[in-house]
Amino acid sequence: MKDEERNEAEQLTVEQAIINLRQKEDLGARYYAAWWLGKFRVKEPEAISTLLMALEDEQDRAPDGGYPLRRNAARALGKLGDKSAVEPLIRCLEFPDFYVREAAAQALEMLGDQRCIAALMKLLDGGVAAATRVPGKPHLVQPYEAVIEALGTLDATEAITIIEPFTEHPTEKVKYAAARAMYQLTSSDKYGDLLVRALEGDDLQLRRSALMDLGAVGYVKAGNAIAETLAENSMKLIALKGLLETELQTKGQKISQDSINIMNLMDSLL
Amino acid sequence: MSDIQLLIDAVNKADSADLLLETVEDLAETKDRAAIPTLVEVLGFNNPGASVAAVDGLIQIGDPVVPYLLSNLDDYNYGARAWATRVFAGIGDPDALDLLLKAAVTDFSQSVRRAAAKGLGSIKWFKLPPEQIISAQQKVLKTLLLATEDGEWVVRYAAVVGLEALANTLATSQPELLSAIEVRFQELIDSETEVAIVARIKYCLRQSQEMSDDVINCSNS
Repeated sequence: MKDEERNEAEQLTVEQAIINLRQKEDLGARYYAAWWLGKFRVKEPEAISTLLMALEDEQDRAPDGGYPLRRNAARALGKLGDKSAVEPLIRCLEFPDFYVREAAAQALEMLGDQRCIAALMKLLDGGVAAATRVPGKPHLVQPYEAVIEALGTLDATEAITIIEPFTEHPTEKVKYAAARAMYQLTSSDKYGDLLVRALEGDDLQLRRSALMDLGAVGYVKAGNAIAETLAENSMKLIALKGLLETELQTKGQKISQDSINIMNLMDSLL
Repeated sequence: MSDIQLLIDAVNKADSADLLLETVEDLAETKDRAAIPTLVEVLGFNNPGASVAAVDGLIQIGDPVVPYLLSNLDDYNYGARAWATRVFAGIGDPDALDLLLKAAVTDFSQSVRRAAAKGLGSIKWFKLPPEQIISAQQKVLKTLLLATEDGEWVVRYAAVVGLEALANTLATSQPELLSAIEVRFQELIDSETEVAIVARIKYCLRQSQEMSDDVINCSNS
């Protein structure tokens, strides 16, 4: 956060943030207020209803035709845990702005409401063949990564056959999102091992993202590979903690040999 | 030119991050004292990969590193100081004790606090004059107990690991201090929200239980 932003964060109050979001003259202040309400988890009904209004905003337009305020409002609504946002966010999945669709998919994942599954699956229509890059844009036609991760988190087993082919998608981030979701949906080692292979790749960003994925899904067999990959110990420790938590939960908080192995790896990385 | 000098030259000539990592790894592998100044210099390069390799190499070389590093600490380069703290934590020489005590609870980086907390548990006490051991161990105990209240889970986890190692030392040197650790561990089992930390404490208690069982078995036989 820049210094000026920090000052503003200190100065804003809930009331002021809502006022800033309601007014239509200062677009910068509106954009910032939407972010602020999410960041500080302001769950008051008035904050929610104002953010829902911002989700319909037509005024704030980016040079590329996008809707910056809608994107921020969608992201904020994901953090606030209010289910009244589910239907409006589902409508956002059909919106022309890619980044609004992406923010809505991520928000719906966070809200954890299965009503959105059909709408998310619709974005995968046409399968891998249709999942190509938009000419002149830095993104694919749909926010596949966010959509597939959401379906995995939402336990959308009906989407298994649709997601499976995406484990072969040429874009690595999409491929690994699909591997992560498939592991969540099937618990098959095949998909956990796909993520482990990402730890051996050349790209640091992908290794980091695979670490987070493995930790999040708790693929216990990945322990040694996590400890050995080239990345910050801090991130490896977070991933191993995720494995340990899963293993403890599976064994009813009893300390198994697998738990001990994970703890020994964690000790060595401190 | 000696082999080690060739490896040092290769580090100095490295003109990319990848090449630096590679040459530092080669130099670190020698575990040769002549590599110390070069490896210490790498800690200030703001290259995480190479710094990790240099830290590992310096820990492998061990004790001879400590006086050199203490007198060449760059107080103005935070990153270098953080890496140096990890070296001291890994070597466990009591000459760096004050530095580790301070780092464990005051450093702003959680990765430094975590390394210091673990390192405090494995100080080589035999290197201290006997009359200083008692009070130094008390200071370490106090600091590690404080570190179990850290805001970051990973520092609390490291403090538990440090306390486990310290408890093994105290069992022979000052068993009367052990109860402070036991009491704190029990408190944490009840209050700690991170299940990973509770599990680590239970694992520690189980091992100490097994050890005392072994003692009983031996004395019975």
